Amino acid sequence: MSNQDTEKQEFNITVYTENQIGLLNRIAIIFTRRKINIDSLNTSPSEIESIHRFNIVITESEDVVRKLTRQIEKQVEVLKVYYHTNADVIWQEMALYKVSTDVIAEKVSVERLLRENGARVVVLRKDYTVFETTGHREETDNLISILQPYGLIEFVRSARVAIIKDSEGFNSKLREFERLEPGEDVIENEYLNKGQKVFSM
Amino acid sequence: MEVAQQEVLTTPAAKEAVEITGSAALLEALIVEGVDTIFGYPGGAIMPIYDALYDYKEKLNHILVRHEQGGIHAGQGYARTSGKVGVVFATSGPGATNLVTGLADAQIDSTPLVCITGQVFAHLLGTDAFQETDVINITTPVTKWNYQVTDANEIPEVIAKAFYIAKSGRPGPVLIDITKNAQIQKFDYKGYVQCNHIRSYRPKPIVRTQYIEEAAALINQAKKPFVLFGQGVILGSAEQEFKAFIEKSGIPSAWTILGAGAIPTDHPLNVGMLGMHGNYGPNVLTNDCDVLIAIGMRFDDRVTGRLDKYAKQAQVIHLDIDPAEIDKNVKTTVPVWGDCKETLPLLTALVEKKEHTEWLKLFNEYTQKEVDAVIHTELNPTTEEMTMGEVIKQLNELTHGNAVIVSDVGQHQMVACRYSQFNNTRSNVTSGGLGTMGFGLPAAIGAKFGAQDRDVIAIIGDGGFQMTLQELGTIMQTGVDVKIIILNNRFLGMVRQWQELFNERRYSFVDIQSPDFVALAASYRIAGKRVDSREDLAPALKEMMDHKGSYLLEVMVTKENNVFPMVPQGCSVSEIRLK
Repeated sequence: MSNQDTEKQEFNITVYTENQIGLLNRIAIIFTRRKINIDSLNTSPSEIESIHRFNIVITESEDVVRKLTRQIEKQVEVLKVYYHTNADVIWQEMALYKVSTDVIAEKVSVERLLRENGARVVVLRKDYTVFETTGHREETDNLISILQPYGLIEFVRSARVAIIKDSEGFNSKLREFERLEPGEDVIENEYLNKGQKVFSM
Repeated sequence: MEVAQQEVLTTPAAKEAVEITGSAALLEALIVEGVDTIFGYPGGAIMPIYDALYDYKEKLNHILVRHEQGGIHAGQGYARTSGKVGVVFATSGPGATNLVTGLADAQIDSTPLVCITGQVFAHLLGTDAFQETDVINITTPVTKWNYQVTDANEIPEVIAKAFYIAKSGRPGPVLIDITKNAQIQKFDYKGYVQCNHIRSYRPKPIVRTQYIEEAAALINQAKKPFVLFGQGVILGSAEQEFKAFIEKSGIPSAWTILGAGAIPTDHPLNVGMLGMHGNYGPNVLTNDCDVLIAIGMRFDDRVTGRLDKYAKQAQVIHLDIDPAEIDKNVKTTVPVWGDCKETLPLLTALVEKKEHTEWLKLFNEYTQKEVDAVIHTELNPTTEEMTMGEVIKQLNELTHGNAVIVSDVGQHQMVACRYSQFNNTRSNVTSGGLGTMGFGLPAAIGAKFGAQDRDVIAIIGDGGFQMTLQELGTIMQTGVDVKIIILNNRFLGMVRQWQELFNERRYSFVDIQSPDFVALAASYRIAGKRVDSREDLAPALKEMMDHKGSYLLEVMVTKENNVFPMVPQGCSVSEIRLK
């Protein structure tokens, strides 16, 4: 087994599903049963109405991720699962920071803060100010450390959303799924596809 | 409900909508699905369904069990012998939670079940109502699919999906939780249409000829090919296709315990059982073969032993319907994804006709070593006390390998699987993956309902029998003909064996006392006998088999016998011990 297979790194798992109550739990327990922590989980609509999309981030080896994606795809209401390294996706996280307006106004140059961290003021009140940044983890983390000394009142970061660089979307695939006898491309056993840019199971 | 109206209803997709209750719609669905037997236990939240069932007594045979766990194990036994979907009814709360062990067992052993549980009224969900429990979330990890119905309109479609999912692809248990209001609710029923497609569900991967060709090429150049087969052959009804494949390729074949019976025990290419207590040759030679062909089996740890020392020298071909099984435990050289009923004939067409005489002879040599070291003494003991093996040997002489053997879990299970003769498929019913003590008695009841023209013999230990012995009541009330053999060694034998071998004989809580089983059976009006000397064994077995109706035979066997061979946990299959 190659190092690439056994070395842990962040993987972005994209799951296309039906919109079904209980499916989140069914997917989540595939990770928890194996004592794997989910770093980030986002559910949202997809490019297709009625089809939902999960973005799940975990830190694991490719070997483990491949097995997990097969277990996820086995679930009745899951249409398709892909997994990618960070290099294969465009991804963003959003963070909100609440700080006391007095402190900020007195002690730091708000303007510099905004410029250097790509932050935006969402709300400006007498008592507090809410900043927002969008970007990779390091970028949002950076602003925390800057604001921490000035009394960060509240901080929250969203789950990661990711777009697959090398994907043509799901529209054409879905039409295949709806056929009684779909083509090979849909019931993929992409065992041999490892060399391709887009991993898919 | 009038009879005439019922007949209209059972026609799939009746044109005119008829107003019926959710409960009636459920029962109509079962009839269209060909269900003839239901194992169940009523209770508050499923009462409307039981009320409707009162009108369907002629069409649906409901077996009143004594405990929901008994009900679901009976459903499993029924599914395993009949090849149909087992149907189980239970009420909400404790009724539903009592199903969990059986669901887990059916999930890991791929047994098709549809379980219907009652649930409190929808408006009470989440209020900690009487007998309310979150059945969907409790059962999610142990079901192939589950769904909560809160509106009667959903019932026909959901039940159709449930049956389709339970029996297609890799089969498994499905649970449908129906709130009481949906059971009572009247709605416009437009008939029942069976499901054959769910867009997000792909029961069978498409067969790729490329893999078949690669697999055939590997097999054709192999000098020492070895086939491992599991329950997939039976679940796929591919016994004939499998036999044709091994007979043409001449490859020695060994079985997992759930694969037992897919080909007859005495087939010349059947080299025996795999795994921890399997046969000597199949275990040792796994690490000697050059091409390993796994068919409908999942490389359970009880089969592989230590994985990093498992068949490392071999190229592995894995035929399985479930893509998630490929590479899960053993790295595959060629994955042949698909239903083996389809893939095996394609493979057979491409493999060369061969006889691996020398290689097969090697298996036979190992068999001889095992006979000399273990089997002969187990089957023909010279000790005063009886062995489990000699009971099975005597039984084989009466059944001639034609009976269904249902076993519980423990030493007797290994002995029953090792030594029973199986001439037919769907003859070995046992809890393989989960190892559920208490499975045997209720599963035997279900097995008999699933194969009414066959003899069903339950072989159970004194420990496991006491876990579900309440099902003697089900036998009494239904009059079902099940022969029960209790192999009583007055110990929880398998745990005791491990304590002897690995814990310096520190026998910690394995010394179990039993009631008078024969008197117990008598109190349920079941005939029985207890045998503790060898000369009484054969006549007693004959009396049992000749007896009309159920019979319980308790055989006192030696207390501290061990099951060998054995691959100790954490050891390689080639380190199998004969003593």
